[in-house]
Amino acid sequence: MQTRPRWEILSEAAIEAVIRLCGISAILFVFGIFFFVFREGAGFLFAGFDPKEFFFSPEWYPTGQSRVRYGVLALIAGTVSVTALAMALAVPFGIGAAVFVSEFCGPRWKEGLKITIELLAAIPSVVWGFIGLTVMNPLIMQIFGVPIGLNVLNGGIILALMSVPIIVSIGEDALKAVPDSYREAALALGVTRWQMVYRVLIPAAKNGLLAAVLLGVGRAVGETMAVLMATGHTVWIPSSVMDSVRTLTATVASELGEAPVNSEHYQVLFIIGILLFTITFIVNLTADLVVRGVRRR
Amino acid sequence: MGIQVRRSSLRVVGSAAGALALAVLASLPIGCSGSREAAPEKTVIQNTGSDTMVNLAQAWAEEYANVAPGVSVEVSGGGSGTGIAALENGTVDIANSSRTVEPQEAEIARKNTGKEPKEYMVGYDALAVYVNKANPIEEITLAQLADIYAEGGNVTKWSEMGVTMPAGADEIIRISRQSNSGTYAYFREAVLGKGHDLKLGSLDMHGSKDVVELVSKTPGAIGYSGMGYATPEVRMLRVARKAGDTAWAPTVENTLSQTYPIARPLLMYTLGEPAGEVKAYLDWVHSPAGQAIVRATGYVPLPPGGAEK
Repeated sequence: MQTRPRWEILSEAAIEAVIRLCGISAILFVFGIFFFVFREGAGFLFAGFDPKEFFFSPEWYPTGQSRVRYGVLALIAGTVSVTALAMALAVPFGIGAAVFVSEFCGPRWKEGLKITIELLAAIPSVVWGFIGLTVMNPLIMQIFGVPIGLNVLNGGIILALMSVPIIVSIGEDALKAVPDSYREAALALGVTRWQMVYRVLIPAAKNGLLAAVLLGVGRAVGETMAVLMATGHTVWIPSSVMDSVRTLTATVASELGEAPVNSEHYQVLFIIGILLFTITFIVNLTADLVVRGVRRR
Repeated sequence: MGIQVRRSSLRVVGSAAGALALAVLASLPIGCSGSREAAPEKTVIQNTGSDTMVNLAQAWAEEYANVAPGVSVEVSGGGSGTGIAALENGTVDIANSSRTVEPQEAEIARKNTGKEPKEYMVGYDALAVYVNKANPIEEITLAQLADIYAEGGNVTKWSEMGVTMPAGADEIIRISRQSNSGTYAYFREAVLGKGHDLKLGSLDMHGSKDVVELVSKTPGAIGYSGMGYATPEVRMLRVARKAGDTAWAPTVENTLSQTYPIARPLLMYTLGEPAGEVKAYLDWVHSPAGQAIVRATGYVPLPPGGAEK
């Protein structure tokens, strides 16, 4: 019997260590990023930070001359309104497309559609922003007769288009995961395909579909460049979809570059970063728990 | 010769490798000529800052490449604050700024680098007030601007100022800049004085050019930006200090005579006393040749003899 050479045993151990490191690195990076964002904002967070003003005042005057005010209510309203509209548009389209791709279309169509939808996800966000600025803006002004087309509607449509691919691909996976025996049983009972989808597949895949929607929300909340260009970048609590708004992400993107390092303004921008991190963390965690719910069953 | 080689190599190898070969070949002649003509070490001057000045700084850098081939001036924008921040960290040779350095910023620079920021005035910029072509308004007073832009100002419609707009464009769309840009800070102080703030709800653009571009597309819009960003698609208003005064257009003459009310100096900062190539560059910027470029890019050159501050 021949024993394995020593170098082979060693190299295997080394490769194992490397692979383990790769696995752990993701966790390290997430915690590392959270740690650094937190550290940059911590100075102000524990000294002079007024949470009541921060969350409940719509007045964002980081360089105010009369009085510096750090209220992000209007920015939260901006993020929430654009995201909500985007989801109202993207969820029906995304789930509908997922159902079509998974249940109704033939294999050749299916491949073509999937590739095209994935291509939609590959368009850089600055290009989306550009479309919002140059195509949608005049279009919205013309169709709705509003004085300016950079608003919640514009940003919402752009974000919806950006979230649809995520919703479609994850939603399709969820539908595919429903065992074929469900379909066969339903069809054997004499239901139409639509009834099968509506009464059997969607209830069976609902957790996966919900996770798809939540990941779409996460995408929409975190998007920066496209909304910066398409929403008008206006500190304002919107009362209609025709109002211009500004989102949390866009504020950080546009102001961080010129905020003197370690100034109060700089630290508040990092606190906004912590807030965003928390929001997306909660959304992703919920999505994860929901998906786990699927597995347990 | 290079072309021939490139063609034959493309035929032989696959497209990916061909592209690589092309890139390598394309870079070759430049590398050769560079090492032949210029001095072995090319001095690089880092020049960062003001978004208002970036076109001007770029034009200077391009022209200076002909004047002093051994020196390359690398220009980037980002805003006055970006330039000053880089100066504080000692990572640029010259910072462009459309506002003066604040005392606490100078303090940080001293602490970080042990050197004092030194200010050079290199030209002037009239901050033009832009409106859309569809807007019949010709002139505006500082008080009217304050009514439109200031926190507490209550003018929201063009008709309130006696301006008849085409249907659907009566609402004033205020276009502004992000709140830590040098242009924003100057506009706020020039129009409202110290201790006041601009009203929220304006569209805060990230660059001087974006302001003008959005005004050109929005009938009801008003915006402010450097005079160098004027395009044929927008109109610049004449500005009066107060009602009843003469309103002045943002021109070179009116800026130099200080009759145009919202003009500001364009500044360059170095850390400590500049030496060598940086000093030569600043001297050239102040020379008639450098100042001619100020005028060519749409800004206001220093008056003769005004180079020394």
